[in-house]
Amino acid sequence: MSHQLHPFPGGLHLPGNKGLSTDRDLATAAVPPTLIIPLQQHIGAPAKPLVAVGDRVLKGQILATPEGYVSAPVHASSSGTVIAIEERPVPHPSGLAAPSIVIETDGEDRWIEHNGHSDYASLDPSELRNIIRDAGIVGLGGAGFPSFIKLNPGARTEIDTLILNGAECEPYISCDDMLMREHADQVLLGARIMRHALHARQCLIGIEDNKPEAIAAVQKALQHLDEKEIQVVEIPTRYPTGGEKQLIKVLTGKEVPSQGLPIDIGIVCHNVATAASVYRAVERGEPLISRIVTVTGHGAARPQNLKVRIGTPIRDLLQAAGGDNSKPYTLIMGGPMMGFTLDSEALPTTKTTNCLLLATEEDIPSRGPVNPCIRCGECARVCPALLLPQQLYWHARAKDFDKAQDYNLFDCIECGCCTYVCPSNLPLVQYYRFAKTEIWAQERERKAADKARERHEFRQFRIEREKEEKAARHKTKAKAVKKDAAADEKKAVIQAAMERAKAKREAAEVQPKNTENLSEAQKRQIEEAETRRAAKTDNPAEQASEENK
Amino acid sequence: MSMLKASSPHIHGPAAVNAVMLEVSLALLPALAAYTWLFGWGVIFNVLLAIATALLSEAAVLRMRGREVAATLGDGSALLTALLLAIALPPLAPWWLIVVGTAFAIIFAKQLYGGLGFNPFNPAMVGYVVLLISFPLEMTSWLAPLDVREHTLDLSATAAYVFGGQLPLQGGIDSLTMATPLDTVKTRLGLEHTMGEILRDPVLGILGGRGWEIVNAMVLLGGLWMLFRRLITWHVPVAMLGTLFVTSGLFHLIDPEHYSGPLFHIASGGALLGAFFIATDPVSGATSTRGRIIFGIGVGLFTFIIRAWGGYPDGVAFSILLMNMAAPTIDYYTRPRVFGHTGGH
Repeated sequence: MSHQLHPFPGGLHLPGNKGLSTDRDLATAAVPPTLIIPLQQHIGAPAKPLVAVGDRVLKGQILATPEGYVSAPVHASSSGTVIAIEERPVPHPSGLAAPSIVIETDGEDRWIEHNGHSDYASLDPSELRNIIRDAGIVGLGGAGFPSFIKLNPGARTEIDTLILNGAECEPYISCDDMLMREHADQVLLGARIMRHALHARQCLIGIEDNKPEAIAAVQKALQHLDEKEIQVVEIPTRYPTGGEKQLIKVLTGKEVPSQGLPIDIGIVCHNVATAASVYRAVERGEPLISRIVTVTGHGAARPQNLKVRIGTPIRDLLQAAGGDNSKPYTLIMGGPMMGFTLDSEALPTTKTTNCLLLATEEDIPSRGPVNPCIRCGECARVCPALLLPQQLYWHARAKDFDKAQDYNLFDCIECGCCTYVCPSNLPLVQYYRFAKTEIWAQERERKAADKARERHEFRQFRIEREKEEKAARHKTKAKAVKKDAAADEKKAVIQAAMERAKAKREAAEVQPKNTENLSEAQKRQIEEAETRRAAKTDNPAEQASEENK
Repeated sequence: MSMLKASSPHIHGPAAVNAVMLEVSLALLPALAAYTWLFGWGVIFNVLLAIATALLSEAAVLRMRGREVAATLGDGSALLTALLLAIALPPLAPWWLIVVGTAFAIIFAKQLYGGLGFNPFNPAMVGYVVLLISFPLEMTSWLAPLDVREHTLDLSATAAYVFGGQLPLQGGIDSLTMATPLDTVKTRLGLEHTMGEILRDPVLGILGGRGWEIVNAMVLLGGLWMLFRRLITWHVPVAMLGTLFVTSGLFHLIDPEHYSGPLFHIASGGALLGAFFIATDPVSGATSTRGRIIFGIGVGLFTFIIRAWGGYPDGVAFSILLMNMAAPTIDYYTRPRVFGHTGGH
């Protein structure tokens, strides 16, 4: 079972505070009176509603269908009636609202008819991916990227290793820990399906050594399963070992190229909870409608892990965990290192809600005064991306974004290690986020400007071209007119000549008429002369025609 | 619940600038105690005068700059500069020497550059060098250590000299002072004495100078404690002392009569103080690991060059300032390989 480990650079030992929520058993939160199901709980395009207000829906029924490739459907997590399809505030760092489907539950919690596949191996990978996509499964570790895409390596890519991320390195969070303790079999069966879909040679399940119960449970379940290619690897507890790139480094020694994906080095990484939902989708036909959420912190009366229907308002969840401790607290979604604060308990839980931290002063003590950077370099020592945070800070602060990019700002994973150790209490990560958004904004502006310029240039070109064409047309027309004029002149000359000839001829014809009142003898003479002339004029014509032959 | 929006991470480790500054100041205490014990009350006056001047001049500039005074003084950096300068100055010196040096260090070398974190040079070393260049007489009048000197000055006599320039002794200040060990070596080598002869000089002890070697042992102790407490990393001290040891050792091997031994170099003058307390100053030094090693090598090399062939008996302060100048360039060229990048930056 020994597996060669490769430490990742930097990182921190953090107080785990996981016992707070793992002391109590996993419980199931009750069906709430209303469910708020946002249409976008994943990376990609929001889903398109398939139901209308007033529709009765069953548990597991599809509510909205994916739009485009990078998207995921959402399902009703209990039975009831659609009472609204409207913008509702969603848990997002921006605090913005997003289109959501609101269901008034009927308390029956009645399932839609659903069927699983007893033999996953008989399905080919594309069928599996379709099932997984239709089940609305997205990465449950936090990012929420549609999972079927990460199970589609493409025809040319060979996948060597499927990694299941059970590190859960962030303090306080224990939902994956609990899942592995309670449903290790589901995780492993999911891993088996994923490995089949990817044709991966092996599967490594990385779990931090601060979760001995989870490790034992998964190992025990593995014994029941005849899978030699799946291996549980105990990894040292060190934040942020649960970061995808860090975990891959620890387990395989390989580094994911900067700006690249694990698949570029033949690795695919999924969260353990994602694996369990893949199992439920494939073998039971259940879409992703619930997940485990850690409700913890010293602000919670009964910190614990709860199986929660997606869309359950946070308030109901907190009630299920015994309410608050009547201590002032800050509500954080996620952990204390990378989570973000929420400003309302009316927000729904989504597919990516792994933890709700009711953080009191005890959990997140207020910080000391901010001092100038003394360049102590502690930040660089703990940076898992091997960046120079003090330089990034310097350039971000000076809004020298080119320099910040030169120092590889975009390799920053925002893990927060630098900020944690900074003796000057500088909000370093905030500066990096600021710099990144500014750069993105500039990029967008530049793109827009480029497009505008292109359009403008094209317009100029078009105008110019039209002008030229017009000019050319004019020219040809003018030429044509000139030609006509010349032809007219010629015609006129010809005409004139012809008229003159005609006049002459007429004059010639008229002449005899002047000889009226002639005597009979004169008339005869003239007739004889005319006849001679006619014969004379006929002959040359005949001669000429003869010559032409 | 709180409606305040906060950006992650929401937790913070125990490190704080003022704690770091205070711990480094604490690490300096054994050396200051030994210095006082061996060289008399003058050291105490130096320390108090330096602290008072540092805090007052920092407060004055902060007020002029419209910055928060109390919070900034509380960061402990002015205190540390004062202590470092006080331990580097002669143990019996007129008050104005301390005041001028400290005020220059704080006002010119630190605050005019923007205060803590923005000074390219170590303020204490700038203050020291300014004094060394401007007041060579006062800066080279070193009291003889306890077990070598004939007279000792009590508290009131010391105060009378520091503030009034009066000595209740026959022969004045000259009867109390003597050349420092490095000075002795330098002068006598210049007089064509061999190292063998020089080492028999009463000022010289086992490793360095008598008394001095004890003070330096305490500096080393403080330095090791800082390493243990991870206030500093080993890179600069090891690189600097290693370079000084190797270069001086090399020349000593080639020509032992004209070059003092490597241990003497390390145990004398400001080598240990510079290696552990000054060259490790993060603000004015290099920050990357490789950069710190290069920085340390540079300081060690320049120290030896100045000591062996330069005009001053010790070269630690100059070497550190020279390398301070090079630090940004060193940092630029020693950027670590970023995760996921192949070679280079």
